[in-house]
Amino acid sequence: MNMINIKINNNDYQVKPGLTILEAAQEHGIKIPTLCHYPDLKINSDCRICSIEVKGKKNLLTACSTPVVEGMEIKTHSTKVLNARKTITELILTNHETNCTQCARNMNCELQSLSNQLGIDENRFEYRLVSQPKDTFNPSITRNPDLCIKCGRCIDVCKDVQDLTVLENFGRSHEVLVVPKYGKYLSDEDCTLCGQCSSVCPVAAITENDETEKVWTALNDESKHVIVQVAPSVRVSMGEEFGAEAGQAWTGQIVTALRYLGFDQVFDTDFTADLTILEEGNELLHRVHNGGTLPMMTSCCPGWVNFMEIEYPEMLDHLSTSKSPQQMFGAIAKTYYAQLKGLDPKDIYVVSVMPCTAKKYEAKREEMQSNEGIFDVDVVLTARELGKMVRQMGIDFLTLEEQEFDNPFGITTGAAAIFGATGGVMEAALRTVYEVVNEKPLEDLNFKSVRGMEGIKEAEVELKGLGKVKVAVAHTLKNARKVVEQMKAGESPYAFIEIMACPGGCIGGGGQPYNTTNAKREKRIEATYNVDEAMILRKSHENPYVHKLYEDFLVKPLGEKSHQYLHTHYKARN
Amino acid sequence: MPLQEILEKYPKTGDHLIEVLLEYQNTKMNHYLTEEELKQIAKYLNVTESRVSSVVSFYTFFSLEPKGQHVIQICHDVPCYVNDQPSLVKTIKNLLSIDVGQTTEDKLFTLEYTSCLGACDKAPAMRIGEKTFTDLTPNKVKAIISEYRGKRHA
Repeated sequence: MNMINIKINNNDYQVKPGLTILEAAQEHGIKIPTLCHYPDLKINSDCRICSIEVKGKKNLLTACSTPVVEGMEIKTHSTKVLNARKTITELILTNHETNCTQCARNMNCELQSLSNQLGIDENRFEYRLVSQPKDTFNPSITRNPDLCIKCGRCIDVCKDVQDLTVLENFGRSHEVLVVPKYGKYLSDEDCTLCGQCSSVCPVAAITENDETEKVWTALNDESKHVIVQVAPSVRVSMGEEFGAEAGQAWTGQIVTALRYLGFDQVFDTDFTADLTILEEGNELLHRVHNGGTLPMMTSCCPGWVNFMEIEYPEMLDHLSTSKSPQQMFGAIAKTYYAQLKGLDPKDIYVVSVMPCTAKKYEAKREEMQSNEGIFDVDVVLTARELGKMVRQMGIDFLTLEEQEFDNPFGITTGAAAIFGATGGVMEAALRTVYEVVNEKPLEDLNFKSVRGMEGIKEAEVELKGLGKVKVAVAHTLKNARKVVEQMKAGESPYAFIEIMACPGGCIGGGGQPYNTTNAKREKRIEATYNVDEAMILRKSHENPYVHKLYEDFLVKPLGEKSHQYLHTHYKARN
Repeated sequence: MPLQEILEKYPKTGDHLIEVLLEYQNTKMNHYLTEEELKQIAKYLNVTESRVSSVVSFYTFFSLEPKGQHVIQICHDVPCYVNDQPSLVKTIKNLLSIDVGQTTEDKLFTLEYTSCLGACDKAPAMRIGEKTFTDLTPNKVKAIISEYRGKRHA
């Protein structure tokens, strides 16, 4: 490849052609500040913070959108550049609620870091924020327009990644707002609550509803038996919340941290992921043998379920009736576990740690009450909220010793561990369905064709009496829509389809640590399969405690109790 | 003209969004568009409702609120301003008992600012509907408004 010669701040560099100035500078360790720019999203050059000076150009150019050309002479920190960046930032700050110590993103805010980096000690401009009403009317996400800096990341992730258009600009110039149409609230809108917008927001304009206070209250309430479940995908991201590199599992440290926080029992959502596979796998076979609606589609992702209920209400029969692992856990905790412990279900307080904002909505669905008037899951925390609690407790997370989950919901399999990655639910289901149907062990457990970041993946599996059965896996709602449209057109060749609403699956969920990028998603996926490889048990139907649960309580998959506690229904909205 | 008739004059692409919005809004006595109408427009042109919401909110000549039958637009750019535009504004405000951006109780007039009307050589200028008035004085403005008071919408 022919390299290009450029000068940055009077030093000569050779860089690859096709790079932007921002990328070229980054490759050589020169950090040009950015604000609206986000990896994996389109380049808008809205904020102009990455302005740089190029010799021969009268105006400043934006480094994020200008490609390098031979002989270019760039100044990244000239007086003109520094003044421009400072002025822009000060102007943004005049229109931003700058009460930083009373903000969810305090010490973790891109605007705050930028102001600090630019050395802004005072603002030369008059403060002129016109306060707007907050949007706090759904169970998952809060929007605070007074913090919004109109970078447009949330609009782009909603539109380009999810193929939804919930958030848009409204108005113009300094009065513009980023809101659902006509300035409505998210709860009035076709929002799936996937939370990708909250994950890319540089400030606290869009955040999950913070429920940490409720958990502290429960933990300090002597009359409550407070138990916690941890989703599979949180263990491969939690370290990042405390500055660790992506790509490592932190299962043992999470368990230890939760014990320090004071939970009475620390359980694993992986256990009910195994249970989900038994119910869902049998449901699939039941549908196949009894002329049920096919293709059957997974329903463990609440963002995806919301999407179907809102956009394709006529196709809800395709969704598996099996509850998600989170809700199966809640149901089992407040029935079987309550009996086992001799506790009144109302004294059991179930907390979930999830990678997800939509899970908060799912837990508040009125169907999710195994005992009338008592929700199966009391509070859902995102990975970020757990991070907050761990910091509040003063725990040095990265150096914690590793401890094991409690039983009876602590023994799990590799099949459950991969639930958090796109393709993982499918692979787990195939491992079980293959062996149940063919009555012989699966030679190669690894269904590699359904793994990875490709948008829509396919696999084929040979099942006795059914021949070759085709399955598909899609992640992001944009890809999900393609698969559903194909079904709608009557052209779907699949028997079973797995959908996860977020890019990469739950490991890339809307409630995961900030600064999630596709590169980090790949690393978390890698860590996920490493966890699977290291497990002794790797198939859900081999989980001995799941067997015991059936023997002692549920009797059999799709049985009467399963229908009562582990299956649900969906309702058309709009 | 009903909305559907206007829509059917245009191909079903988003390129015509602004034309459709303008043409339809002009047929309405109170110069505004409702969410229900915008939904129908979005559906016909195959664009999202949030896109339509964004466009309508961006351009000042679209409104989501009913306006007066006659919209008085006073030029708010420098040449008009230095040619005594503020006393015109004051005259109209007093005459109609409304502030800029408001509509009279009888829904006859709305007063708003506009950007340059291209009549700087004859400043100050204002526009009512399609008609532009120039070289204005407070007395001229009073006369124009009283003339419009007699002019109800056909």
